[in-house]
Amino acid sequence: MITAGIDIGSKTVKIVALKDAKEIVGQVMILAGTDVKESISKAWAELEKTAGVKPGDLAAIVATGAGKGDAVNARRTVTEVSADAKGANFLNPEVRTVIDVGAEEGRAIRIDAAGKVVDFAINEKCAAGAGAFTEAMARALEVEIKELGPLSLKSTQEVAMNAQCAVFAESELVTLVHAKTPKPDMARAVHNAISDRIVSMVRRVGMEEKVMLIGGVANNVGFLDSLQRDLNTTVIVPEDSESVSALGAAVLAAEEA
Amino acid sequence: MGKYPTEPLKLWNKAKELRQKFYENYAKAHDKGGLRYAGGAWTFDAVPFGLGQDVYSLTSEPYGASCAYNKEFSLRCLEAAEGYGYARDLCSYMRNYWGSILINEYAFGGPFPRPDFIWQDHICCSHAKWYQTMSELEGGIPMYCVDVGVGAAPPFGQLKPHKIDYVAGQILDGIDWLEKVTGRTFNDELYIEACWNDFRSTHTWAKVCELNQTVPASLDEKTLYSLYVLATLSKASKWCADFYEELYDEVKDRASRGIAAVVNEQARVMSDTQPPWAFLKVFRYLEEYGCVSVGSLYTFGLEGMWDYTEDKGLTPRPMPVQRPTSREEATRMLVDWHLRKPEYQHFYSPEYKSKLMIAICKQWKLNGVMLHYNRGCEGLSLGIAENRLAIQEAGFPVMTFEGNMGDEREFDEARTMARVDAFMETLGIKRVGRA
Repeated sequence: MITAGIDIGSKTVKIVALKDAKEIVGQVMILAGTDVKESISKAWAELEKTAGVKPGDLAAIVATGAGKGDAVNARRTVTEVSADAKGANFLNPEVRTVIDVGAEEGRAIRIDAAGKVVDFAINEKCAAGAGAFTEAMARALEVEIKELGPLSLKSTQEVAMNAQCAVFAESELVTLVHAKTPKPDMARAVHNAISDRIVSMVRRVGMEEKVMLIGGVANNVGFLDSLQRDLNTTVIVPEDSESVSALGAAVLAAEEA
Repeated sequence: MGKYPTEPLKLWNKAKELRQKFYENYAKAHDKGGLRYAGGAWTFDAVPFGLGQDVYSLTSEPYGASCAYNKEFSLRCLEAAEGYGYARDLCSYMRNYWGSILINEYAFGGPFPRPDFIWQDHICCSHAKWYQTMSELEGGIPMYCVDVGVGAAPPFGQLKPHKIDYVAGQILDGIDWLEKVTGRTFNDELYIEACWNDFRSTHTWAKVCELNQTVPASLDEKTLYSLYVLATLSKASKWCADFYEELYDEVKDRASRGIAAVVNEQARVMSDTQPPWAFLKVFRYLEEYGCVSVGSLYTFGLEGMWDYTEDKGLTPRPMPVQRPTSREEATRMLVDWHLRKPEYQHFYSPEYKSKLMIAICKQWKLNGVMLHYNRGCEGLSLGIAENRLAIQEAGFPVMTFEGNMGDEREFDEARTMARVDAFMETLGIKRVGRA
């Protein structure tokens, strides 16, 4: 029996195909364009090409993500909160705290041994706790987004960034630039600021070991460093951190197929 | 076909008519030589009844909520207040109210009716300044405020004689002031009658809310808002007290026959603080999950009068045994009755509020709680983060959402609905659709 989960996010569409609720047999991620339906079709086409799996082969499909309503072939939809919980639990049943930092949302989720959500927190109208913040800061520092993390690890001194808003933080960064602050230190300040926002949500739901970080920003080594120092713990980052939500949706599909 | 039978509330239209008439009476008070005054919904509104049967009020918070419900009108009011120089983080009811004066438009049509006097009490920082500013904006209106900050009263504190003396003394002085300002002679019989109606209204509203402990719930919170509001308008009026007694009979009948507000009820929650008035559809959205919000400490306790004990929880406070027979006795009874309102107590400690909320969770058989982190009211939001922790510790799942009771610009509808979806998933509640 093969099931699939599809995560239609604001930036990417991810599909994970799961065999007998145990083995990942296919996985794709494509950039989401402005035409969501077309992006979904492209993702399915890619899955068929790379893994030989078509929607018709599947016992059940569950959709999640901001665009989940557009997944017409999904049996049902679930929120990213539930999908994240199941995906993290599948990858590591010892995880009890899941942190998901995507392009536009940051979430902190506490789960139980079965991957059921115990409590959750999501950033309110605030981009300062999500990937959009790091992208804006990378532009302000005139570096590629993938360079921002490694750059911050070269920092030699901590510089405070006081702004709690992504827009004001950009202004603050300009001030730091004019003060000739070294770029690595500014990059580290950016990651510390986003970590502060995320950690406050984690503390709200209560942190319990083990902790897993997922979502696109999990690939940012600078953010991971700030987060681990703030939480004073080692944080697990799975290999395909951006597909965990889709994986969780696939697990949920298997549970009810 | 739903899980439970349902039928419309017979008194629904009457409630709407009473509310509409209240606002019309205020606007037209002068037409036949009557008086009109402004003051908060918590104010001791029984007192001005002693000036005659042609004295009409406009209570601030329900008026602010009425403004907020009309998004287009509210935005004009809010922008007028902000354009005048008032900060956006002030009480949103207050900003709507001031804005309504600044643009000189009454939410119910026509220009804003200027009150003849202000009769107010200081229940929070905003209320303390609200009418001072109103008076300035209107070129000076006689104003009297009663300070009620006497500390916690039962069930969480003591109501010593000097506390009652303090508040009652201000009211008795206020009666002299009212006579001077209006030129009318105060009628103690009318006043005593109004006090007694106040007790009737608030006692009976609590009894109505208590009936919602039954499964299924006969009323949902969105409906409760349209009913509790009458007490916020004029709890000391005969029409309000009579209506609630009629309502109690109807709701008791509904409860006895198992008539449901939400036909597919499979989960029960409560909310907290004022809702985002421009987005009451959140409560209708819950019905997609067969989830009913049965009320809240706010809906039950803003005007309802309750007793609280650790072993029995919340019970409607019994009516006083005897009617007062003098002005002084009526005043002391009125003060004692109101200062012991549980809804007052949580201004003194989030811990008190947590106890009351946990009691509601148990007695009203809730599956979870939805807390509105209401930026529009600092008073009722005081300690809400502590309440969340206490309710969770008591074993009830909690979700929070940010918003503003009176400023729709601060409410994110799509993300709030997404939070509701996630919360329903954590409760294991699946969509069943509204039958």
